[in-house]
Amino acid sequence: MSRIAARFADLAARGRTALIPFVTAGDPDLATTVPLMHAMVAAGADLIELGVPFSDPMADGPVIQRASERALAHHTRLRDVLDLVRQFRARDAATPVILMGYLNPVESMGYAGFAEAASAAGVDGILLVDAPPEESGELVTLLRQAGIDLVYLLAPTSDEDRIRKIGAVASGFVYYVAVKGVTGAGHLDLADVNAKLTAIRRLIPLPVGVGFGIKDAETAGQVAAMADAVIVGSAIVGRIEALTMKPEHIPGAIGDFLAGLRAAIDATDRARGLK
Amino acid sequence: MATNRAEAYHWPDARGHFGPYGGLFVPETLMRPLDELRQAYEHYLQQPEFLAELDADLRDYVGRPSPIYHAERWSRELGGAQIYLKREDLNHTGAHKVNNTIGQALLAKRMGKTRIIAETGAGQHGVASATVAARLGLECVVYMGEIDVARQEANVYRMRLLGAEVVSVKSGSRTLKDALNEAMRDWVTNVDNTFYIIGTVAGPHPYPAMVRDFQAVIGRESRAQMLERVGRLPDALVACVGGGSNAIGLFYPFLDDREVALIGVEAAGEGIETGHHAAPLCAGRPGVLHGSRTYLMEDPDGQIIETHSVSAGLDYPGVGPEHAWLKDSGRAQYVSVTDAEALAAFHVLTRTEGIIPALESSHALAQVIKLAPTLRPDQLILVNLSGRGDKDMHTVAAQEGLQL
Repeated sequence: MSRIAARFADLAARGRTALIPFVTAGDPDLATTVPLMHAMVAAGADLIELGVPFSDPMADGPVIQRASERALAHHTRLRDVLDLVRQFRARDAATPVILMGYLNPVESMGYAGFAEAASAAGVDGILLVDAPPEESGELVTLLRQAGIDLVYLLAPTSDEDRIRKIGAVASGFVYYVAVKGVTGAGHLDLADVNAKLTAIRRLIPLPVGVGFGIKDAETAGQVAAMADAVIVGSAIVGRIEALTMKPEHIPGAIGDFLAGLRAAIDATDRARGLK
Repeated sequence: MATNRAEAYHWPDARGHFGPYGGLFVPETLMRPLDELRQAYEHYLQQPEFLAELDADLRDYVGRPSPIYHAERWSRELGGAQIYLKREDLNHTGAHKVNNTIGQALLAKRMGKTRIIAETGAGQHGVASATVAARLGLECVVYMGEIDVARQEANVYRMRLLGAEVVSVKSGSRTLKDALNEAMRDWVTNVDNTFYIIGTVAGPHPYPAMVRDFQAVIGRESRAQMLERVGRLPDALVACVGGGSNAIGLFYPFLDDREVALIGVEAAGEGIETGHHAAPLCAGRPGVLHGSRTYLMEDPDGQIIETHSVSAGLDYPGVGPEHAWLKDSGRAQYVSVTDAEALAAFHVLTRTEGIIPALESSHALAQVIKLAPTLRPDQLILVNLSGRGDKDMHTVAAQEGLQL
C-alpha cells in the first residue's frame, strides 16, 4: 500500500477529514520550505502538496503565479524540489508528499529519470495539471513501476465518461476542482460541489479531495462535511507572500493559519461522528 | 497535382497528433469544451451552408482572393529567380489573421457563444478578432503583453475603437506567451459563454488543425493563381514562422507537391549565437507548452525562456506542432534571419516595389534575398507577404533614432 493510500485508510478509520496544504517549493527561498513543511504537519496537515515552479502556470491565479515567479527568481529547479523532499523525509517518514505542477519540467528531466529520482527522494504522488490521461500513458507506467501515485484533477465540466477514464488511471486520491477557474478564484457553490462529489464517488473508489476556492476556516469546515480531503493553496501562499521580507516568521504564521482550518475541520468531523 | 506521391499527407491523427507533436495538454476543466469545439469544427467544416457563408465573408468582407504580384523590379535586382508575392497585406485589417478570425467567429456564433477572447502579440490577431466581434455584436476581450502594448500602441487603439477591451498582461515576460496564458485562464473561468479565438496554429487540438484549415485558403488560392498565371507551381514557397499560421496556410495545399520546396523563416533576433532570438525550430528542443508538444525555447530545467525579435508577432518561444512535424519529417526546412536582415529587407521592398511590408513578413523577404540569387531566372519563388507594415512605423523609425 502506498503512503498516500495508507494515510487515507488511517484517516478513514479515525473519522478524520484530511487537510492538505499547498505551498510552492522555494517560495520565498529554499531554506524556508522544509521548516514550513514540518510546521504544517505539526499544525494538522495530513498530506502536503508541494508546487514545482513553472514559468508558464496557465491554470494558476495571480497569487500562485507570483509564488512561482519568486521561486524561479532564484532558479528553483525540479531537482532542487526533489532535494527538499529528501530533506523533509529525514525527519518525517509518514506524511505523504505530492508534487503539483506542469509537465514540461518533468518532460525535460525525462520520464524515467524523474520517476527514479522522485521515488528515491521520497515523493509519494504527482499531479500534473496539463497532462490528462490521454497524454500520460508512458508516464503512468513509469511512475507506477516506481511506486508513485498519479493524482488527477476532476472539474465541474468533467462528464461521466471522463470521470470513468480518470478513475481508470488515477491512484492515491482524486482532486476535485470545485470552481471553474484558476487557483484562488471564485466562490464555492457547496450544493454543486456536493452533487458532483456524489457522482464521482459512484464511479471512482478513491478518496476525493476538494480544492480551489477554499479561503478560510468556515469554507474548510463546510467542505469537510462532503470531502475526504480539504485542499488549501492560495490562502496559504498569499500569507507567505505577505511575509517574504521576514521568511523566518513564515512557518509559525502558516502553522497558526492551518491550526484554525484544522479546528474547523475537526468540528465538522466531530459533528458527523455524533450523528 | 503530382502523381508520384507515395502517400498523401494525412495529419493530424484522431487525437490531434502530428507524429509525436501536438496533442491535448490542458487542465481538466478544458477537456470537455475542447471536445465540443472539435465536434463543432468537424461538423461545420463539412457543412455546405457554413462553407458558403465563410466563402462569402472572405470575398465581400476580407476582399479575397488576394492577388499574387510579380515583383519584377526586385527579381531583376536580385538577379535570380522570379519572385511572386502573395498579397495577404491587402486583406481587410492588413494581414492574413482575419482569414482565421472570420472562420472561428462563425463557429462561435453557431455554438451559441456570446463572448470571444483572444491573445495577441503584434496586435494583428487582436485587431482581426475585435473586427469580427464588432461585426457580429459579440463581447470581445483581447489579452496583450505589457511590452507589446507599448510597442504596438496604434493597434491597441484600433482594438479599443472597435469596442474590444484590451487587457495588458503584466505576468512573466509580458509578451505573447503570457497573453496566451492569461487568455487560457480567462477561458477556464468563463468557459460556458466564451469562445477562445487562438490566433495561430498552436494550442491544444483542434486549434492547430482548425486554424490551418481556415488559413489554407492562402495556399489554395496561390496554387490556382500560379497555375493560371505561369502555368506551373513555384519552385519554392517562403513564409515567416512565429506560431506559424501564415506559413501553414500557404504550405498546406502544397504538401503533396513534393517538387515544391517549403521554407519557413524564424526570427534570429540579435543572432542565434547570442541566445536573444525566437527560433525554437532552429535552436530549441521538443517540450510541452500551451496545450501541445512542439519545439520550444527552454532552459535545461524545462523553464520557458524569454525570446527576442524586433517583430512582436514572431516573439514567441513555441511554434505550431505541425511545423515541428514538417521539420522532423523533412518536408519543410526552417531557417532564421536576424532583426538587422529583416529590417534591411523591409526597406528594400518598400523602395523597390512601393510595398511596405510588416516586420514579420520582412523575415520571409530577407530569406528571399538570400535564396533568389542562387536560382535561375526561370525559377519561381512565391513568398507570403502576410501583412502590411503600417503598424510598424514606430518600431522602424525608432531603429533610425526617430520618434514619430
